[in-house]
Amino acid sequence: MKVVVPGISGLLARLVAVELVRGGHEVIGIDARPWPDAPAGVTMHLFDIRKRAAEEVFRTARPDAVVHMGTVTHLRERSRERYRINLGGTRAVFDYCHAYGVRRVVFVGRHTYYGADADSPLYHTESEPPTGNASFPELADLVAADLYAGSALWRYPELETLVLRACYTLGSSHHGTLAAFLSGKRVPMILGFDPLFQFMHEVDAARAIVAALESNVRGVYNVAGPDPLPLSVIVRAAGRQPLPVPEPVFNFLMGRFGLPRLSPGAIAHIKYPIVIDGKPFRRDTGFQFQHDARDAIDDFAAERAGRR
Amino acid sequence: MSLREEIDDRLARLEVPFGRYGVDSFGVSKAHLANFYRILGVLYKDYFRVRAYGVHNVPSTGRAMLVGNHSGGVAIDGAMVIASMFFEMEPPRLAQGMVEKFIGKVPFASAWSSRVGQFTGLPEHAQRLLDDDRLLMVFPEGSRGTAKLYWERTNLVNFGSGFVRLALASRAPIVPFAFIGGGDAVPTIFNAYKLGKLLGAPYVPLTPYLVPLPLPVPLAVHYGEPMMFEGTGSEDDATIEHKVEQVKSRVAELIAQGERARRTGDGRLLPPPRRA
Repeated sequence: MKVVVPGISGLLARLVAVELVRGGHEVIGIDARPWPDAPAGVTMHLFDIRKRAAEEVFRTARPDAVVHMGTVTHLRERSRERYRINLGGTRAVFDYCHAYGVRRVVFVGRHTYYGADADSPLYHTESEPPTGNASFPELADLVAADLYAGSALWRYPELETLVLRACYTLGSSHHGTLAAFLSGKRVPMILGFDPLFQFMHEVDAARAIVAALESNVRGVYNVAGPDPLPLSVIVRAAGRQPLPVPEPVFNFLMGRFGLPRLSPGAIAHIKYPIVIDGKPFRRDTGFQFQHDARDAIDDFAAERAGRR
Repeated sequence: MSLREEIDDRLARLEVPFGRYGVDSFGVSKAHLANFYRILGVLYKDYFRVRAYGVHNVPSTGRAMLVGNHSGGVAIDGAMVIASMFFEMEPPRLAQGMVEKFIGKVPFASAWSSRVGQFTGLPEHAQRLLDDDRLLMVFPEGSRGTAKLYWERTNLVNFGSGFVRLALASRAPIVPFAFIGGGDAVPTIFNAYKLGKLLGAPYVPLTPYLVPLPLPVPLAVHYGEPMMFEGTGSEDDATIEHKVEQVKSRVAELIAQGERARRTGDGRLLPPPRRA
């Protein structure tokens, strides 16, 4: 298949591109950020997905499929620009797909859209509405992008749309929210809370996205790997030290003494679990993860040790 | 065998599929359970000297729902049922209750309750545990049941109906039980709702000696024969209510039997209460 990957220069998207090339697909990357050592088999286009030049790629290349990985998830871009990238970019992708006869599109979102709350069920299923924006306003644009992508299922019925809500990833690339959270020697936790965290090896995550593309299913799917683990267990297994802090002093400490900075809404994500049920995805696509939790943590920790 | 050895032996035979890090897919932790059962063991065996009757009525494997009365203003009833399933059953089983939602927000209580398999009372949790062939513990009286005052201690308040729909939909047997003596252990004379609100709880039960610390009163649990209902769980309210009433009557009978046995001794192991 000829596959366009918007946001290809992100670390997880690069792994997806490598998997696609390995699977014999022709990959066209679109990203404003460069990927200097992109492998053979990947054609790079350095521009924003919302620009006319991006539409021209769709017009001339006539891709069969799109894996949309061009959403910004980190919280540094807390601005209207992030909102425009996430929602405007997603809209552009679906409009191009519709206009230029793309057969299949995979939107890659996050399991955090379900939100973290003391009252929410431990395992989230696809039938639940994503309520992440209620407790965590910074997620609003991502939740909106996820729902917008899902709306393509009825707006463009000829387009096979697949919306993925994938759990955290860990691995040697240090990509993602959980890796960033575990980056310091001491990992802050809220005293008296130890939520389950769900993650999968980043290579498995990339394989799952490719498996989703190569399958013939459409709809909304949670993508998960091994069983979730308590945060304290992950922290210790990664060779880090949990630092339980009473919630009232937590805000004060964040961003100081080498601790990561978290937005107030993110605190719910380290107090309460967000766990998804990934069984329907495995059942319908036949995907099976190859790396267990230990592998993912070890690869993450080994890379850390190597960097020091 | 010491309590610690007994707990280790029973934990090794518990049905919970602990993974490589000693937790199952719900986050239930073997290490936390060991500590939990140590505390429960002392309370169960020495402090309350709990007697459990009819434990053989609880299925040794597969999904089932323990349904009983609340007795005592704090959660000693649930804790002692959990202890009886662990210390009296062969092989032991983990009874998983549905805790009040406010617990999830309380530091330590939140982490501990979920590590020992006690999740907030959401239908999704109950359904998922039954689908996983676990042993669910349900108090259909809810927090109204723990709010019973001393002179109401052997009464039953209104039962919710969700548990019957769930049992029908998941084809789980209901094992009725009566918990006896909790109202004597925590003789609530007043529920302080405003104080509870300040503390983030529904209310705080107050006793003649103010704090709701349980007295060392002998307690008992009577398990009745399993009740299996036919249906899909999507029946109309009247049909469901009829089944709820059947369960409630059975629990009421068990309470009456339990209270009678307690008063008379009745050939049971329980000593009659001392009179001054």
